[in-house]
Amino acid sequence: MSNIDRRNFLKMSAGLAAGAATGDVLAAAKKEAAAVPALHLKPEKGAKLRVLRWKQFVQGDGDLWLANTKKFTQKTGIEVRLDAEGWEDVRPKAAVAANIGSGPDIIISTFEDAHQYPDKLVDVSDVCNYLGAKYGGWYDAAKAYGIDKGKWVAVPMGCAGNAVVYRESQVKAAGFSSFPTDTDGFLKLMQALKAKGTPGGFALGNATGDGNCWCHSLLWAFGGKLVDTKNNVAINSPETIKALEYAKELYKTFIPGTLSWLDPNNNKAFLSGDISLTYNGISVYYAAKNSTDPKLKAMAEDIQHAHFPVGPVGHPTELHLFFPMMIFKYSKYPNAAKEYLRFMMEKEQYEPWQQAANGYVTQPLKAYESNPIWTVDPKNTPYRDAMKIMIPNGYAGTMGYASAAAMADFIVVNMVAEAASGSKTPKEAAERAEQRAQRYYKV
Amino acid sequence: MLPSTVLLLLFLTYPLGLGTWLGFTDAKIGRAGHFVGLDNFIFLYGDAVARLSLFNTLFYTIVASSIKFALGLWLAILLNQNIPLKSFIRAVVLLPFIVPTALSAIAFWWIYDAQFSVVSWALMKMGWIHSYIDFLGDPWMARMSTIIANIWRGVPFVAICLLAGLQTIPPSLYEAAAIDGARPGQQFWYVTLPLLTPIIAVVMTFSVLFTFTDFQLIYVLTRGGPLNATHLMATLSFQRAIPGGSLGEGAALATAMIPFLLAAILFSYFGLQRRAWQQGGSDK
Repeated sequence: MSNIDRRNFLKMSAGLAAGAATGDVLAAAKKEAAAVPALHLKPEKGAKLRVLRWKQFVQGDGDLWLANTKKFTQKTGIEVRLDAEGWEDVRPKAAVAANIGSGPDIIISTFEDAHQYPDKLVDVSDVCNYLGAKYGGWYDAAKAYGIDKGKWVAVPMGCAGNAVVYRESQVKAAGFSSFPTDTDGFLKLMQALKAKGTPGGFALGNATGDGNCWCHSLLWAFGGKLVDTKNNVAINSPETIKALEYAKELYKTFIPGTLSWLDPNNNKAFLSGDISLTYNGISVYYAAKNSTDPKLKAMAEDIQHAHFPVGPVGHPTELHLFFPMMIFKYSKYPNAAKEYLRFMMEKEQYEPWQQAANGYVTQPLKAYESNPIWTVDPKNTPYRDAMKIMIPNGYAGTMGYASAAAMADFIVVNMVAEAASGSKTPKEAAERAEQRAQRYYKV
Repeated sequence: MLPSTVLLLLFLTYPLGLGTWLGFTDAKIGRAGHFVGLDNFIFLYGDAVARLSLFNTLFYTIVASSIKFALGLWLAILLNQNIPLKSFIRAVVLLPFIVPTALSAIAFWWIYDAQFSVVSWALMKMGWIHSYIDFLGDPWMARMSTIIANIWRGVPFVAICLLAGLQTIPPSLYEAAAIDGARPGQQFWYVTLPLLTPIIAVVMTFSVLFTFTDFQLIYVLTRGGPLNATHLMATLSFQRAIPGGSLGEGAALATAMIPFLLAAILFSYFGLQRRAWQQGGSDK
């Protein structure tokens, strides 16, 4: 990760977000795809693979991943046993596998896992360079998560993009004809929604996914960050205080009870009609759209998505749940494992899978931006850009033990929750976060 | 002798020893640690969240165990009387204990939900409250809510064990006491309680140990939130060690629980089990 220049990364993501260069990238991708020679990996004789992945949030994802895996077995004769577990259980299992040196050959885990034990992972540079050359290149965030000291240690699967999920009719009723794109406008919208009796709400409990994603996005939107580029703790800053003061105002507009919300709460509250707006993956829309309940079907019509508002820093600052696919060195069949990951990431498998998942996973490869899933239903479009504009974990420092530990300990989420609920002043909350973060970053 | 020694060493001593050793190292997941002495413990002592978790654990254990004991004893005495459908009721009482914790925790999660709580809903319908109760969103409410869930789950164990103890007390002792003119309260104080003390000691030791090391209930209900108000040492230890990757620190936190557990065991062992009057002597 250390070899990625953060400043360039930000410039690029901001530039791309502005909509520049997309067409060029796609055209270039097409040209290159024709020219890239096939990658000949030689799977070991009699290879058998065990794959552990997170359990799908939308049914289509699990179904098609399995179908693609079966297709792989038919083509290559390599048996694959696919296990799926709740996404929060995969990280500990991967950690144990890394620690004891035995377990599934491939683990599809979350966030910066590959940076926690890079020396336990098989170098997958050949697969990643091949895929990157063939499919228009990797987004910078994908490189940040996948590359350690110049080597690819994980094949990026993509990320579960988050977006603001809202009820169009209720936002209109609150006096907004279009969705605000900046934090000021967003606060006004939330206040108007609250005044109309249709409040929104974001998770503020120890919610590993939703809580971390929106709290980091908010902190970064105001220029606050846990650490600077040299991994020095920099959370106690005027920018952080501004973000926390904003959070305090925002919290006043929330539905009661968000301090106790874990990951599933906002989905339930939104689908039951209790809230008009939240921050979530496309799974809420998927659930409503594919429901047999006419009430939910009607709600799906009314659901819209938007990007997280841009703050004073002037560029998107979204954090999304990223999925690295890691091959462990203890695997007896590293080439077969590489071949499996290559196969799953090829267009013939990847695009139908994204479609079946209704866009739940956003691609890490630029060429898949043209996947029709993103345009067939305009409501899917905001999720298309998740990997393009996202800022990776550990910003603005590097990813590793400290960044993983700091996030697992909910330092930023707790800080936002403390300040938002008024149990601490923004200054106190920032100081406490500083103390907690220093312990992990002292090394 | 040898097989049992091997079993003990393999499955008891080794994991415990390894866990304790890890607590004195800076082991991270995927990286072996180096001995760092008491660093982890000093670190935890200075960590506000770890101190809060110690307070939470003690509060949780003391309040929940006391109430479980009182309710359990009361229930046991009720069940010991001749009531219709006695065995059926005794079986029903055990239900909360039989249901896997993870399952009952999910039931409580719905009961306490900020938007869908059946309790809030019922009270609203009856017009007693005007907004949903924030069971898990307010630090003290969350502490009490998790304690109530723990009590619900733990009472049957205490009650059934004490009931077993009550049934070993020979009725002739009560008859003798009655002939001596003892009232029911006195019978309880001078006959039941002394004879029940050894069982109480064992049951409460177990109950305190289970409560002190509770994990599933908190993990499902709150993940230690809100604002870490319900983080117990066990849940924080897991959070730091596994998702957080700091094996050494998590192990140190788990090791830090051992003195408290030992104290609980020693208290019940020496305090309750070795009373001279149980052997017919008198306490000095």
